[in-house]
Amino acid sequence: MTLPERCDVVVVGAGPAGLAAAVECARAGAATVILDEQAGPGGQIYRAITSTPMQNRDVLGADYWHGATLVAALQGSGATYVPRAAAFAVSRADGGGFEVGVASGGAAALIRAGQVILATGALERPFPIPGWTLPGVIAAGAAQILLKTAGLVPEGPVVLAGTGPLLYLVAAQFARVGAAIDCLLDTTPPGRIREALPLAPAFLASPYVAKGFALLRQARASTRIVRGVERLEALGAQRLTSVRYTVGGRATEIPAGALLLHQGVVPDINLSNAIGCDHRWHDARSCFEPVVDVYGATSAAGITVAGDGAGIAGAQAAEARGTLAGLHALAALGRIDSGERDARAANPQAHVARWTRGRAFVDALYRPADAFRLPQGDTVVCRCEEITAQQVIATAKQGCPGPNQMKSFLRCGMGPCQGRLCGLTVTELIARERGIAPADVGYYRLRFPVKPITLGELASLPQTTESTQAVVRMKAH
Amino acid sequence: MYKRLPDAAAAAPAVLLTIDGADFAARAGDTVAAALLAAGYDACRTTPVTGAPRGPFCLMGVCFDCLAVVDGLPNQQTCLIPVRAGMRIERQQGAAVFGPAAGSGQGPR
Repeated sequence: MTLPERCDVVVVGAGPAGLAAAVECARAGAATVILDEQAGPGGQIYRAITSTPMQNRDVLGADYWHGATLVAALQGSGATYVPRAAAFAVSRADGGGFEVGVASGGAAALIRAGQVILATGALERPFPIPGWTLPGVIAAGAAQILLKTAGLVPEGPVVLAGTGPLLYLVAAQFARVGAAIDCLLDTTPPGRIREALPLAPAFLASPYVAKGFALLRQARASTRIVRGVERLEALGAQRLTSVRYTVGGRATEIPAGALLLHQGVVPDINLSNAIGCDHRWHDARSCFEPVVDVYGATSAAGITVAGDGAGIAGAQAAEARGTLAGLHALAALGRIDSGERDARAANPQAHVARWTRGRAFVDALYRPADAFRLPQGDTVVCRCEEITAQQVIATAKQGCPGPNQMKSFLRCGMGPCQGRLCGLTVTELIARERGIAPADVGYYRLRFPVKPITLGELASLPQTTESTQAVVRMKAH
Repeated sequence: MYKRLPDAAAAAPAVLLTIDGADFAARAGDTVAAALLAAGYDACRTTPVTGAPRGPFCLMGVCFDCLAVVDGLPNQQTCLIPVRAGMRIERQQGAAVFGPAAGSGQGPR
């Protein structure tokens, strides 16, 4: 790994937001480093855009192939792109700016940067149902990643379950490659459409309307769809063998070789949380988001969040939000003045407005049912430490006030995923038991390193005299 | 279980590696997690807490359920590692074992 020791801007994440941010900064002459955990650029939405074996463009669709233009822009921009690199820490450096800790290829390094743009994107919202840890159960987004990166599709009766627009995109994509989903279990509560209806007029002007209806049509033509699913269980001993679902109080069990789960995506806030940026609970979206201005600037000066990591709005908006974050960083570095920043922000801001029109309708329609956000009994909540819902609930009943105290009692959230798969569930369960708002319960207080690193990687960091003296017993003379 | 679409099988050259000692032809562009699934292993480890079987779940570096032993190194996030010719992949039983006992006798480098 050859990393510069210092640069003007570090961008974390090479999805649409990160790519656009890096291009904006590098083209203006700022020394820019873009770090990404994956082997290739594109993030999850444009995953494997430079290497996918699915070369028939109709399969993944024009929206996917748009990602290639972003990668082409990066290549000509002058930014330093570092794949397979995890940003595990960001701290303020003596004398201004930041030190970004990076682990890559078995070694770690620190990069000094004036500005840091977090484009860490989204992750699948936890979907804690009985049996969701069984082999054979994967996230719907994971199935898409297998298709994009490797041309792999699940076999055996394939069941897709949950709620949200991605569900129908996945069903349509798999139908196009001749691997149609056998059964789609839609968990959207029947009352949601009524709740969402007042927000519909704005959505009707969204570019997503036509896309959405086309996907619904394709999914309907290829897949058996069961609506109003109230309860869902993955069954099997060593692996998934069947899925049991309940509609109108009546349970049905169907054989399953694969179960793909999805109930929306939420911002990946581990890095922004550990840095100490302010976050707030978004009620309609039932998740925490960093507090940002129109440029993505956070409460921590010099730290900007771009794209879905600052609140879910999709790939098109993410790209424009990346440009806005880049403009903000350039102004903060003194490379452009605030007048130029604001003038150049007009286009991307209009783009964001266009692609987020009617977002509130989508949020309301696809807000997951309580039953799928607030598990019960021996359903696993924390997959790493194998902590169940009843353990979390019982501990809250005994007076445990929040997720951080819950760690001391149960270790939930203390495994390698660092709460990414249980944090929201634990917050909401405690909130319900205490009869207070999730905003008042709060979230895990995350700390560096936000990704596990080895002692070997830590030891490879450059040593200062002070750090050596702190741990070495001085010889008596 | 997973199957490779014919287009994808034709598009990428084979990459020969071993899984638990058995030969397997993955494809260039596969991650180790994808290779495990393509080879029919939907469980790649057992958990340290209860010994329950687990397999890749998120495929994007978030869930840490796809951990396995790669070239003697335990606890590797297999969904983030591209396959390489000659790679030795082993499913991981329970908590990671470090040092000379790890993997097929080779400790961390």
